[in-house]
Amino acid sequence: MKPGNLTRIITILAILFFYLPIIVVIVFSFNSSKSPEWTGFSLRWYYQLFTSSGYIWRTFLNSIIVGVSSSIVSVVLGTLGAISVYLGSKKFRKVMWTTTYIPFTIPDIIIGVSLLIFFTTLNVRLSLFTIFIAHVTFSMPYTMMIVLTRLHDFDKSIIEAAYDLGATKSVALRKVIVPVAMPGIIAAFFMAFTLSIDDFVITFFVAGPSSTTLPLQIFSMVRFGISPVINAISTLLLLGTIFMSVALRRYVRYII
Amino acid sequence: MPGSSVSIIEVDKYFGDFHVLKNVSLEIEENEFFSLLGPSGCGKTTLLRIIAGLEDVDDGDVLLDDKSILNLPPNKRPVNTIFQNYALFPHLSVYENIAFPLRLKKFSESEIKRRVDWLLNLVRLEEHAQKKPSQLSGGQKQRVSLARALANEPKVLLLDEPVSALDAKLRQELLIELDNLHDRVGITFIYVTHDQAEAISISDHVAVMNSGVVVQYGTPYEVYESPADTFVANFIGESNLMKGDVVEILSDEYIAVEFPSFGKVICYRDKPVKVDDTVLITLRPEKVRIMHNKPTPSDGIPGNVVHGIVDEVIYMGYQTKYFIKTDEGYILKVYKQHVSYLLDERIIKWKDEVFLYWNPDDSFIVEVEEN
Repeated sequence: MKPGNLTRIITILAILFFYLPIIVVIVFSFNSSKSPEWTGFSLRWYYQLFTSSGYIWRTFLNSIIVGVSSSIVSVVLGTLGAISVYLGSKKFRKVMWTTTYIPFTIPDIIIGVSLLIFFTTLNVRLSLFTIFIAHVTFSMPYTMMIVLTRLHDFDKSIIEAAYDLGATKSVALRKVIVPVAMPGIIAAFFMAFTLSIDDFVITFFVAGPSSTTLPLQIFSMVRFGISPVINAISTLLLLGTIFMSVALRRYVRYII
Repeated sequence: MPGSSVSIIEVDKYFGDFHVLKNVSLEIEENEFFSLLGPSGCGKTTLLRIIAGLEDVDDGDVLLDDKSILNLPPNKRPVNTIFQNYALFPHLSVYENIAFPLRLKKFSESEIKRRVDWLLNLVRLEEHAQKKPSQLSGGQKQRVSLARALANEPKVLLLDEPVSALDAKLRQELLIELDNLHDRVGITFIYVTHDQAEAISISDHVAVMNSGVVVQYGTPYEVYESPADTFVANFIGESNLMKGDVVEILSDEYIAVEFPSFGKVICYRDKPVKVDDTVLITLRPEKVRIMHNKPTPSDGIPGNVVHGIVDEVIYMGYQTKYFIKTDEGYILKVYKQHVSYLLDERIIKWKDEVFLYWNPDDSFIVEVEEN
C-alpha cells in the first residue's frame, strides 16, 4: 500500500469517528421507540418537544437571551479593544496580545470557579445576569482577536489617509475603521454567540436555581436516562448551526 | 488652483535616540515639481510626513506661503498625500473613495458628482467608478489615490514613492502621467523617491538627502553634472571615482593629476587645490569615448587618452557597457551609446585593445584631502 493511501484511510476513519455519534443522534431522533434500537420512522419526539416540553423551551429562551446580550456586549468591548490595540504603540500592542491570549489557555473550570468566588464575595445573587457577565468575560478575548485579525489585513495608512483628507479622529473611526472592521465584527458576534449557546462548564458554576440554560437542562435530563427528546432538540440545534455557518461563509475566515 | 510655496526651516526630528532629520532647511517654490531624493532611511519620508502633519517636529518650523502650519492638525492643512501603498478605503467604491473628502466638506450631492466625474476623467477611470479597490490593478489604484488627494483642491500634493510598487514599464507611464497632471492642476508637487532616474526625469528641483541631511539642492542638471560630494556622485547615475595626487597646476581651470591606477590625466579644477593634495575625481562613464585606434586630441584643450583592454562587455541594446582594464590594472566603466547602426563599424569585443578618450572638463574634483 502506498503511504498516500494509508494517510487517506486514516483521515477518512478519523472523520467518520467524529461524525458518527452526531449521525446517530440525528437518526435516533426519528426513531419510533424509546429503546436504543431502530424500530421505525416517527416524528413523535419532535411532537413531544413542541407540545409538552415547555421547560426545555424556557431554558432555550434563557440561552438565547444570554447568548444575544452577551455577544452584543462582548463584540462592542472586543471591537473597542481591538481598535485601541491596532492604533496603539508597539509596546502596548505586545502587552495587550499577551493579556488577551492568556484567557484562551486558562481551563474553563478555573474560570468558572473563580467567577463563582468573585460573585459570592461581592454577594451577587446567581441569576441570568451572572451568566451574562461570565459569558461576556470568556468570549471577549475571542471577539477582540477576530476583529483585530480583520484590522491587521489593512495598513494603518488608511487611517492616516482619512485624517489627511479632512477627517477628525471620530469621523475616521465611524467612516473608516468601523466599516473596515465590520466583517470581523459580524464574525466575532457569531463566534461569541456560538460560544455562549453551548457553554456548560462555566455556566454550571454561575447559574442560579431559576436560571437554567439549555446545555444545563440537557445535562440534567441525561442524568435520568437519555430521552429521544434530547436527540430531537440536538438535531434542531445542529441544523441551526449549519444554516448559520453557511449563511456566514464570507466571514468564516476571521473565525478562529 | 494655484499652489503654495513651502519653507522648511531648520527642522530637527528624533525617533528616540535616532536623529532622523538634522537641521534641515529647504525652500520649495510655488507650483514647482520638487523631489526629495535619497536612500531608504535618509529621512525623506519623515520630512514629507512632517509637512502632511502626520509627524511632529522636535525643533524648527514649516511654513506654507510664509505662514507656519505646525499648529494645524493634518485634516486642517491644505496639503494632501499620496501614500506608497495607495491607502484606498477598501469598503468604498472608487467613486466613494474620491467623494470621501467632499462628503466631509458637506458639498451637495450634485456638486460632489460634478467634481468626482471631473476627477475620474482626469485620471481616466470613468468606467471603473463603481468598482471596489480590490478589483483594480496597481496602476489604477494609484490613479484613484491621486484623484482622491486632488479632490480637496490642495495647495500642495505630497507623493510618497507613488510608483515604487509598480513594474518598470507602468512606472514610466505613470511618471509621464504625473508630469502631465502637474501641468494641468498647476499646484506644488513634493515627490519622495529613492530612484534617482525618477527624480531627475520629472523635477524642477531636487534635494538629495543622506542620513538626515540635505547634501545637495539644485536642478536635476546641476545635481547630475556637478555632484556636491562622493555620495551624490555615486547615488545619482553612475560614475568612475578615482583617487589621485595633484602633480601640477596647469592653469586656473586645469590641473594634472597622477593616478596610481592609470597615470597622469588632466582634470577640471572646480575646487581650490595645490600641488601634492590628494583628490577624488569623478568621471561619468558615458562621457568617455572608446575606440580601436589611438585618437589625436583636438586642438586647444589637450584630451586625456588611456590605453586598456576590454575586460567585460554588457550589451544593453541602446548602449553597451564596457569595463576596461587599464595597463595598471584599474577597471574603468565606459558606456557607448548606439546612435546608428553601421555595417562597416568594427565592433569592440571582449579582450580587444582599446583607447579611451575624454575631455578634461568631464573629470572633475569631488573631494580634496590636503596633505
